[in-house]
Amino acid sequence: MATVEMTFTPLPAHVRTARLVATAVARRSGVPEALLDEVRLAVGEACSRAVEVHQEHCPAEPVRVALTGAGERFEVVVTNTAAGGDGMAWPPQPVPEEQDSVAAPAELGLAVIAGLADDVQVSRNGDGLSIRMSWPSGAPAD
Amino acid sequence: MDLKLEHHTTDGIEVVDVEGEIDVYTAPRLRELLIDLVNGGHYQLVVNMEKVEFLDSTGLGVLVGGLKRVRAHDGSLDLVCTQERILKIFRITGLTKVFGIHDGVDEAIAARKSEK
Repeated sequence: MATVEMTFTPLPAHVRTARLVATAVARRSGVPEALLDEVRLAVGEACSRAVEVHQEHCPAEPVRVALTGAGERFEVVVTNTAAGGDGMAWPPQPVPEEQDSVAAPAELGLAVIAGLADDVQVSRNGDGLSIRMSWPSGAPAD
Repeated sequence: MDLKLEHHTTDGIEVVDVEGEIDVYTAPRLRELLIDLVNGGHYQLVVNMEKVEFLDSTGLGVLVGGLKRVRAHDGSLDLVCTQERILKIFRITGLTKVFGIHDGVDEAIAARKSEK
């Protein structure tokens, strides 16, 4: 069972809430302070991407986030249930260095997740995708 | 913390002071401001990010979009940022090679003036 689960309507305004909750649960699970910024940013990127996909394919369906901090690792799973598929390339292609071919924001988001999460797995989930990320956690706070 | 945007002209360069969080919700406001400035004939921009508390890829995309717009007019978009947590995002995405990133607004303006 996840420590905390949340679902939110796919609106950009709620991504901040998801970030704040994820960071709070990570802190409580014993993730070192130095890594909390990375958790906050990576979860925000994954949720932003899910919101974007839902708005395009299934705006009535909520985005799901599961946060688990019971073991030695703090794990976050962001799931989109978008019908219509999600053509995400994983692992992300390296961001080109040439100035005139700067990556699109979606590619930047994947590059950020890949660069920040300690461990990332992407799996198909019906028509949608789950992004599973984890970071080391110490002893959970009381 | 919401996003706060202010801008003023210094030595012919438009300086945009950004404060707060730039994410998927607030980034459209920064995009609109940059578009308005370019449409108003401001092609030399400095975006001061010293008070930015959070930046995600949507924000990066807006800055890249702004850079493309000013470049279409032979302009420039430089950044001011010394915060490690924000600089890290530019490094991860390779954008440190795309933007001029300076330690202060005065340095950014001086660097731009010396290139003219």
